[in-house]
Amino acid sequence: MAERRFEVARLPGFATVAVATFVMLYLPIATLVTFSFNAGSSIAVWEGFSLHWYADAWNNQAVKDATVRSLVIAVWAAMISTTVATLAALGTTRRAAFKGETFIYVAINQPLMVPEIVTAVALMILFGMVKVATGYQGLGYLILAHSAFCIPFAYLPIRARLEGMDLSLESAAADLYASPWQTFRFVTLPLLGPGILAGAMLAFVISLDDVIITEFVKSGGQDTLPTYMLGQMRRTMTPEVNAISTALLALTVVLLTAFFLLTRKKG
Amino acid sequence: MTEAVTIEARNAVKAFGQGEHVVRALDDVSIQIRKGEFFTLLGPSGCGKTTLLRLIAGFEMPTSGTILLDGADITDLPPNKRPVNTVFQSYALFPHLTVAENVGFGLTMQGRPKAEVSKRVAEMLALVKLEPMAGRKVSQLSGGQQQRVALARALAPQPKVLLLDEPLSALDLKLRKEMQVELKRLQTETGITFIFVTHDQEEALTMSDRIGVMSAGKLQQVGSPRDIYTRPVNRFVASFIGETNFLPATVVPGGVRLSTGDVVEVATTRPGAVTLTVRPEQVRIVAAGEAGAIAARVKFLVYFGTDTHCHLDLSDGTEVVARVQSPASGEAGIVEGSTVGIRFAPGAAQVLED
Amino acid sequence: MGADRLQRQSARNGWLLSLPALILLFVAAMGPLVIIVVYSFLTPGEYGNVVWEFSLDGWTGILFTRDIFDGTLGLADAHLTIFWRSVKLSILTTVATFALGFPTAWFIATRPAQQRGLWLFLITIPFWTNLLIRTFAINEVIRVEGVLNTVLLWIGVIDTPLAIIYTDTAVLIGMAYVYLPLMVLPLFAAIDRFDMRLLEAGYDLYASRWQVLRRVILPIVKPGIIAGSILVFVPSLGAYVTPRVLGGGKNMMIGNFIELQFLAGRNWPLGAALSVTLLVIVTAALLVYVKAANRGSNPHG
Repeated sequence: MAERRFEVARLPGFATVAVATFVMLYLPIATLVTFSFNAGSSIAVWEGFSLHWYADAWNNQAVKDATVRSLVIAVWAAMISTTVATLAALGTTRRAAFKGETFIYVAINQPLMVPEIVTAVALMILFGMVKVATGYQGLGYLILAHSAFCIPFAYLPIRARLEGMDLSLESAAADLYASPWQTFRFVTLPLLGPGILAGAMLAFVISLDDVIITEFVKSGGQDTLPTYMLGQMRRTMTPEVNAISTALLALTVVLLTAFFLLTRKKG
Repeated sequence: MTEAVTIEARNAVKAFGQGEHVVRALDDVSIQIRKGEFFTLLGPSGCGKTTLLRLIAGFEMPTSGTILLDGADITDLPPNKRPVNTVFQSYALFPHLTVAENVGFGLTMQGRPKAEVSKRVAEMLALVKLEPMAGRKVSQLSGGQQQRVALARALAPQPKVLLLDEPLSALDLKLRKEMQVELKRLQTETGITFIFVTHDQEEALTMSDRIGVMSAGKLQQVGSPRDIYTRPVNRFVASFIGETNFLPATVVPGGVRLSTGDVVEVATTRPGAVTLTVRPEQVRIVAAGEAGAIAARVKFLVYFGTDTHCHLDLSDGTEVVARVQSPASGEAGIVEGSTVGIRFAPGAAQVLED
Repeated sequence: MGADRLQRQSARNGWLLSLPALILLFVAAMGPLVIIVVYSFLTPGEYGNVVWEFSLDGWTGILFTRDIFDGTLGLADAHLTIFWRSVKLSILTTVATFALGFPTAWFIATRPAQQRGLWLFLITIPFWTNLLIRTFAINEVIRVEGVLNTVLLWIGVIDTPLAIIYTDTAVLIGMAYVYLPLMVLPLFAAIDRFDMRLLEAGYDLYASRWQVLRRVILPIVKPGIIAGSILVFVPSLGAYVTPRVLGGGKNMMIGNFIELQFLAGRNWPLGAALSVTLLVIVTAALLVYVKAANRGSNPHG
């Protein structure tokens, strides 16, 4: 028989609410995923298992184009934002505090603070002027906008990794005749690797998920997967949207799991 | 014959902070360290010893003053251009490299040929008795083994000076004792100048050829362990190293007069009020009333095994501690509350500068 | 001196390394905000866009409308309704997420150490997954022909489907759902730092469970509560996707109202003025947050 004792940390009803919250958090997602396998065209009445909505989505040229566009933008945005975020993280950590450091920090995190709708309309106006002036209508605008708002997401894990790194390792390298470049190449960069990869993956996920800024900045016929899905809202929804969502969800979960494994503290 | 000087600091000052918050971690320190000696910088934490070490390594630049190596000014030389290597307190072993790669790092950076690097790495691993660990990651090693890797890594490029920043502080007592012997052996075998930083006075006394005692950013005294222990120049050095008694006194012809009126024979050139210091083991307890002895009352005894500390009150209330051998069982010892006499061993009492 | 030169060089390298990121941010995030401020003081163009003539109409237009016949200013009731809905829904969202989030955060923080990471991961996954997908998920549950109604009709609790979708309630449910992790994470951080021995001390000194909660736990984790509340309130106020998907066309919040001014091409200066207003409110809220966060990390400060 279990020993009865007074549990200090127990508060009546809390565990029930917590479990209910977890159920409420996952039930809608589970529903969404379940109905992506529905044989019928309802998103509420189960009519048997089928993969045909996935096939439909796969064969839908608009979905295919939007997917490719989303991936192209996300890859570019992840590469650009991670590169500049890595440099900025190296510039703002582990050196004597300098004038303007706070400004840099605030500037880098600014996209996290400004409501996305505000940035979206601002970019729409600015890029609208540039489009008229240059005639260029390509994906460059989206890549540029995505790269900018992905910077804080790439920056934070890299910075965390740098701050967790023993400063004496680089002192040791310098002490052992490594030039500043050699120290960076043979000590800092290899140790920073997981942080950079984690930052790139977060940036990729964030770019892939963006709706608002993309919706306002894109030129005609430049739908990404999320804006395509938002557009589908106006029509009758079929499980095809569920199938696309589930695929996107699966990709996100895989990347996030990898991210957590990469950034997990040892011991 | 003047001995060759390897490292010299001239009027080194290191200030941190700005404006009103300036802290002088190092306040006008000049020191000469001789070739091939085991030199220890000893002092409490925050005394500036690690700062001095970092100036010599090149991790910090002095606010003013110069650092010389074999007579050449190296003050502005970055650490990677100085033939000086460091064993870090945290070891700072590269976690992404193997033991052998760690040990060979310095040589590789210097651009030595691969064959030479691997030969030298093998030698160094043999020196610290870690040959079987060559292919391991450093995280798979024990604290003592990591310490040896750090030593091998710093010694591999054959530096002119090896700097050791409290390298033993993370080890347990038994391992620390082993490593003390090991370090001394390595220093003798390699003949490299060691500059060792510690706050552990026992470590300093047992290992060093010479000790520099530091406090509040200043060098207080430099000398052999025996010098430092038996001839401390000031109150700080006397109290930081070992235990001691301080007695207020006034200089009179031929010695000093204690506050009790007793006169102790001691050589001094200073006039006026001074402090007399004498180590507890140099205080002898004799029969009460013996000619020339200072009258004292045994306040209480503290038993330490081989020794017993007698806490004594002089006639004016000044407390003196005497360390005497504990009496064998059955033998009558000193009794608490009894009246006795004390004498200082010849030459043991010292007049302090301040 | 060498030391000074080294420090200056270090600061210069810091700036140089941060420069590419700063340029990118200035071009595609911060800089355009200046344009918004400028546009809020211009005259609306006939087919959207602006005419480069100074005007305060964008700003007065936030609260007032000009009568089309006599030109007098009157309170813009439609605008006020939208502001009121935005603020009301944001506050209700904050309260709802706290009511659910506090027990959840407490539950996670009191799990055995080896389980805690998993529970936390379960909260984090929805946090990082696509907001649009999560809003869709809620939409599919609460819409008229959705799962909730289907189930309720099937078990016979209701006869006619509940009309939740495209109401303020739908928007509230959706926002509480998507922003819940933003409440749980800072609350968890605060509770995790909480010294559970204080509870033993509380009970030892005759406090009841309720008194311990009110007099010991809540005051100590207050910085976490403030942080969580602002982290939920701020994006709620600027929400765009959730009210659009769940509120239909008519249950607009400020975000959708701003969009309306630009995309329907009606009044760019008004949209710009609204954007600046939203930005100012959000910045003010974030300043409170930063203060609370600093207090939280330094209990003696």
